[in-house]
Amino acid sequence: MYALFVTPFIEFEFMRRALVGTIALALAGAPVGVFLVLRRMSLTGDAMAHAILPGAALGYLASGLTLGPMTLGGIGAGLVVAIGSGLVSRATILREDASLAAFYLISLALGVTLVSLRGSNIDLMHVLFGSVLALDDATLILLASFASLTLLVIALFYRLLVMETVDPDFLASLTRLGSVTQLVFLAVVVLNLVAGFHALGTLLAVGMITLPAAAARLWAKELSGMIGIAALQGIVASYAGLLLSYHGGLPSGPLIILTAAFFYLLAVIFGPAGGLLRRLRPRRHLEA
Amino acid sequence: MGTLVRFEDLTLGYDRHPAVHHLQGEIADGSLMAICGPNGAGKSTLLKGIAGVVAPFGGAIVWPAKKPPRIAYLPQSADIDRSFPINVLDMVAMGIWTRSGPFGGIGRAHRRIDAAIAAVGLAGFETRQIGTLSGGQLQRMLFARLLLQDAQLILLDEPFTALDAKTTTDLIDLVARWHGERRTVLAVLHDFDLVRRHFPETLLIAREKIAWDATDRVLQPDNLQRAAAMIEAFAHHAPACERVA
Repeated sequence: MYALFVTPFIEFEFMRRALVGTIALALAGAPVGVFLVLRRMSLTGDAMAHAILPGAALGYLASGLTLGPMTLGGIGAGLVVAIGSGLVSRATILREDASLAAFYLISLALGVTLVSLRGSNIDLMHVLFGSVLALDDATLILLASFASLTLLVIALFYRLLVMETVDPDFLASLTRLGSVTQLVFLAVVVLNLVAGFHALGTLLAVGMITLPAAAARLWAKELSGMIGIAALQGIVASYAGLLLSYHGGLPSGPLIILTAAFFYLLAVIFGPAGGLLRRLRPRRHLEA
Repeated sequence: MGTLVRFEDLTLGYDRHPAVHHLQGEIADGSLMAICGPNGAGKSTLLKGIAGVVAPFGGAIVWPAKKPPRIAYLPQSADIDRSFPINVLDMVAMGIWTRSGPFGGIGRAHRRIDAAIAAVGLAGFETRQIGTLSGGQLQRMLFARLLLQDAQLILLDEPFTALDAKTTTDLIDLVARWHGERRTVLAVLHDFDLVRRHFPETLLIAREKIAWDATDRVLQPDNLQRAAAMIEAFAHHAPACERVA
């Protein structure tokens, strides 16, 4: 048992680093994902993940596989898309989803064009699928800082986020901070996607955010409970995914996300707050 | 009793078409006033204009007081996401905003929140999720939030539509209480009986002002006939309005 569950993390430093990094991602991703799900923006996370890819690629082109430029590029591209689409949807009759789709497609096409201009056969596998087993000190510090910043910002904007989600007109009647809140939240999403792509790649980074949150929606009825359960699931998925990949000789990033997906399926079937079983086998109705 | 707000040749609307056309008049501080008129007459638009949600095409909304009053606005059908996991207590507590702001604590306001919930008859509902409330209970909850907002001017857009008699009576009592506290209340209403019984002053509007006076004088057959004669559809090729105040 001990050899099965603990030894890999004791023997190999890269396993410990991977675990610490993904736990940081899971902790910060939980509240972000829960608000994405509740704001019906789950796919926005996915679109933003596409949007940061060209920025990261540009950073890579400029100075190779280095942490700083790729992180800055990703954040830059993500923010441009988030703010640009936000401004367009505010200034025109286009809804947020339409303008976001337009902007992330512009970003993606522009990025691919820029990359092809260099004409070299660039290995973007790192960016696309991440390298959770090769997290160095600098990357770990980056993941931990981004996670701390995320939790701090969400804590500060919690009331505004809740009000902006549940009753935006009412918030608008009190303050202009509603649009600020939207932008800050999108910036936090970008931050987490950029942190996530170092470990899981741009394609799977959003999985650590969305999957535990969607599952948590089916377990908990209260917001705080949802965030707690999402974080717990993310952490367990990180640990179990790494362990499975170690013993099975399989790629780590995808297995972490697959484990999270397994928890999601469990929630869909057994979740007490609207899961399948509860719907199919309702309990007797109450007296009053 | 001074003037709270004055409409100076006010025109409000959408896409160049006027919904409220050249409205002139003023509302005294502490008024309890109904706004009546057919559908599409500009009643909601007028409230939105006062609340600052819609900007005037022409004319102005003037606040004579040095400091404009604190306004609470209850839209006709609030865009509330009822699937959001939030309970009645937290929803009502949003009304404390003028004290708490975006970041401050609620602290000692808990007593006031409990009192507001009790005042609308929702005691015992504090931990209920808003998604499980009936239409009447939801409206009671929104009134509790209005109570906490402590506004000098309260704008209600069809607040009693689709409510049963008991709920309407309970909420009307709150409106009367606000009136007693010298707050100004403007309510868009379709139930003339209710207006006659509880609202001393009425503005009857059909895009243009039809009558604005004591309720008994306004709700007369000839006025109502004139209001009903309003053509609801916008003329697509209407010429630009050249009227001068």
